[in-house]
Amino acid sequence: MESYILPDRLCLKNARLIDPALNLDQVGDLLLERGIITSVGSVSASGNTLSWNLNGAIICPGFFDLHVHLREPGNEVAETIRSGQESAAAGGFTAVAAMPNTTPPLDQAGVVRWVIEQASFFPVSVYPVAAITRGRKGEELTEMVELRQSGAIAFSDDGSWVLSAEVMRRALEYSLLVDAPIISHAEEPTLSKGGQMHEGEMSTRLGLPGLPRISEDVATLRDLMLAEYTGGRLHLAHVSTSGALAALEAAQARGVKVSGEATPHHLVLTDGAVVGYDTSTKMKPPLREAEDASSLWKAIKSGVIAAIATDHAPHTSEDKEVPYDEASFGALGLETAVALLWDHGVGKGLLDPFEMVRRFCHGPRAIVGLPIPALKEGAPVELTVFHPDEEWQVDKTRFYSKSVNSPFVGWKLTGRPWGILKGQRWAGRVEPKF
Amino acid sequence: MDHERKNRPLTSRHLLGLEGLAAEEIKTILDASEAMKEILDRPIKKVPTLRGVTVVNLFFEASTRTRISFELAEKRLSADLVNFTKIGSSVSKGETLLDTARNIEAMRVEVVVIRHQSPGAPGFLADRLHSVVINAGDGAHEHPTQALLDMLTLRQKFGDLKGLRVAILGDISHSRVAMSNVYGLKAMGAEVMLCGPPTLMPRNIDALGVKVSYKVDEAIAWADALNVLRLQLERQQSALLPSLREYALTFGITLQRLGKAKRTPVILHPGPINRGVEIESAVADSDASVILDQVTNGVAVRMAVLVLLSAPEVLM
Amino acid sequence: MCSDLALKESINRSRGRPRPRLRIYHPLSWSGEIGKGVQKCHPPARGGISFMEGMRVNFREKAKLVDAEGIRRTLTRLAHEIVERNRGSQNLAIVGMRTRGVFIAERLQKLIKEVDGGDVPLGVLDVTLYRDDFRLKLKQPQIQVTHIDFDIDEKNIVLVDDVLYTGRTIRAALDALMDLGRPARIQLAVLVDRGHRELPIKSDFVGKNVPTSIGEEVRVRMAEHDGEDAIYLVERVDKEEGKSNGS
Repeated sequence: MESYILPDRLCLKNARLIDPALNLDQVGDLLLERGIITSVGSVSASGNTLSWNLNGAIICPGFFDLHVHLREPGNEVAETIRSGQESAAAGGFTAVAAMPNTTPPLDQAGVVRWVIEQASFFPVSVYPVAAITRGRKGEELTEMVELRQSGAIAFSDDGSWVLSAEVMRRALEYSLLVDAPIISHAEEPTLSKGGQMHEGEMSTRLGLPGLPRISEDVATLRDLMLAEYTGGRLHLAHVSTSGALAALEAAQARGVKVSGEATPHHLVLTDGAVVGYDTSTKMKPPLREAEDASSLWKAIKSGVIAAIATDHAPHTSEDKEVPYDEASFGALGLETAVALLWDHGVGKGLLDPFEMVRRFCHGPRAIVGLPIPALKEGAPVELTVFHPDEEWQVDKTRFYSKSVNSPFVGWKLTGRPWGILKGQRWAGRVEPKF
Repeated sequence: MDHERKNRPLTSRHLLGLEGLAAEEIKTILDASEAMKEILDRPIKKVPTLRGVTVVNLFFEASTRTRISFELAEKRLSADLVNFTKIGSSVSKGETLLDTARNIEAMRVEVVVIRHQSPGAPGFLADRLHSVVINAGDGAHEHPTQALLDMLTLRQKFGDLKGLRVAILGDISHSRVAMSNVYGLKAMGAEVMLCGPPTLMPRNIDALGVKVSYKVDEAIAWADALNVLRLQLERQQSALLPSLREYALTFGITLQRLGKAKRTPVILHPGPINRGVEIESAVADSDASVILDQVTNGVAVRMAVLVLLSAPEVLM
Repeated sequence: MCSDLALKESINRSRGRPRPRLRIYHPLSWSGEIGKGVQKCHPPARGGISFMEGMRVNFREKAKLVDAEGIRRTLTRLAHEIVERNRGSQNLAIVGMRTRGVFIAERLQKLIKEVDGGDVPLGVLDVTLYRDDFRLKLKQPQIQVTHIDFDIDEKNIVLVDDVLYTGRTIRAALDALMDLGRPARIQLAVLVDRGHRELPIKSDFVGKNVPTSIGEEVRVRMAEHDGEDAIYLVERVDKEEGKSNGS
């Protein structure tokens, strides 16, 4: 995918403009001049203005995915920074946070700077999340101050839980220096050892060892208590159980500085999807049960979960075209997230459009303290464009990601991401017409 | 013997498990197994049925009993067979199951019998091969031919499976035998109780419509037949059991325990037996035991499955 | 995977109703070719005409050749012939071939006892596993038990079937019998011989010779199995056109 340079004056016509922060939801036009929004609503086109009729597509402040695995450096066969960026643009994300479990991991300032530099050739911003501990081993803290100054927006040992409570306590304390959240991958490993899918009736039927809810709940509770004790900022990655949600909500009510994110697959799928042993349904935390999914929808609606993050985790076919228990954990997310939330959330009345935009745009940025784009005059252009009524089928031959491990392949969805406008550029699945 | 029930041809080309199989289909297999059993009693224990059919026995997991049983079944039916075991094969050199599958495909094999440690591996092959795939045990998922031979043995003993009370004892959570038996017996209208220590009982097992008990005496008193599972000796290492000794004391089937019940249930065991652990020798060798009938029936059931799935002609 | 799998649907699925594991494939619906790598078979669409239905041919009754009384007389004559040819019923054994041969054999056994007074042992033979068309047939076989609980070594066996046609079933039966022992002699008794032999096999005792064309078939009905004793001549009807393609 190549990005397009936009003309100096571009009028986007006939778009549905949504910005919950401005209480804006109207059909109208948008005038962009050299990367700045200069007019919102009705635009009277002058002579040297090119226009693009969007036919009712939604334009909203750019979406930000707080949880993405770009695999570079180390596993460029599965994904590269560039292919991940293209995948993000095709999915309607203007920015992503890159998780540190690469090879080498993002535990040194040099690697963090290198990632940012590699990402500078494409309009999708990549914000690195640095590791909490060196080598993600859970033993020694990384140099958080330098990492933060180099561009890391948060710290996480994603993929594994910081096993030592002492180390996690010190990480939360030390993070007060850098004003960045510590992201917890809440999974108590002795309880989930050997597990392949959610522990429940389905795992019993399928004969697969279980990843029990209790593993996530125990880990979540410990980290919440540490956050409360230290005053550090905690962010819970991919919350998947009702128990963890209840603990999160109670902690927020007590004033603990804690936030949470949920993934589209945990919202839309349950462990029933594992029947047939499709390895694209294998991820951590695992697909849970219907009651967990409905708790997640409620938490998204209420704002207890402030962000939807995809946990985009590309894997090669060598890692996925194997028996279920030999397959790697993780599923693609960037290119299907917006459509899934629009179709299965807004379309089914579980969310309204404002809430959806908030969880994709405002919520995740607030967690890491990034400036929030807006649909107002004078604001820099950072916009997501998707069409609410277009029907499409998820086709594994048409992913921009280098991998195809999506559990949604073959799904028909209503609402199709077109791409993004960022500065004076367009990138996306759809070619601009002006 | 289940006379009022009709037979029905098998709807699947493969035997991946008993989950979802209709009672009529199970009856078809069991009836055919009776015909095969007659062959095993002949002086010439061989029929020409599968002449020219090639069967590959893919055993990724150590197995003596099941493999020999399948081999004998194949030989009795005049099939050509090739054995493939993990040790010393390309798999131990890192070949993936997918590559193994593709190689088998290229060799034009009609039937693949697979035992694999990964649940779902037979289905993985069935999705990718033209050959007929028969599951000979996949992880803790299913072991359909074992459950079929258990059911055949019970049917021979009791005449009908409907309403029969079968208790399955032992390590339920790691047992494909238990799962296949649950599906098969439930389909045939039997009642099933699962009994074992709570640490070896899978989560939400009651959703399968079975009774669950942690008390072995309760199971003995309730059951017409006890299917005593083999206890994997390594279970005590993973904090699932304190010791084999305690297991034997708490769950071991002994004559003394059986003596307390009003009537002695029929004793089944999928083998190989850990004498003195899950079952006492005196019980295994008693009149109540049908363990050796199970072994004979095993060959017959596997012959029946091979015949039923090999016809109609698959590669045309 | 399902296209419009909504949350609700996945909830239902997770409540104990997993997708059935059954793969319903039929050989002729297989769309791949050998050597073209791995391709999936496509099961026939549910609800449509199944493969077997599509292949089914209908038969129309053309004539009732023999009624119940005729069958009784014929069997009585056959019993006499068998006893006469074997000089009594000593050392004789009757083996009926599934399905209708068994009922004919049972009746012959009784009739022989009436004629000769001797108790002739009776066996039941299922030749499915010996058929030469076993793997060519499109229908899954109904395999039934062979039940011969006497020693056939040095016995004079009378093999009994309803209709003798190509001779292939008899060939299979001979193989099956040979696997069971070494009889002194095997004779063949059939209720109807309709000709068209494809193997050098002949019957020793024939109830009725019925010359037929290829499009015709002889259907024997036995009271034990079919509710009446009768022999019919039927002809094949093309299902599509509903017309006869015989004669």
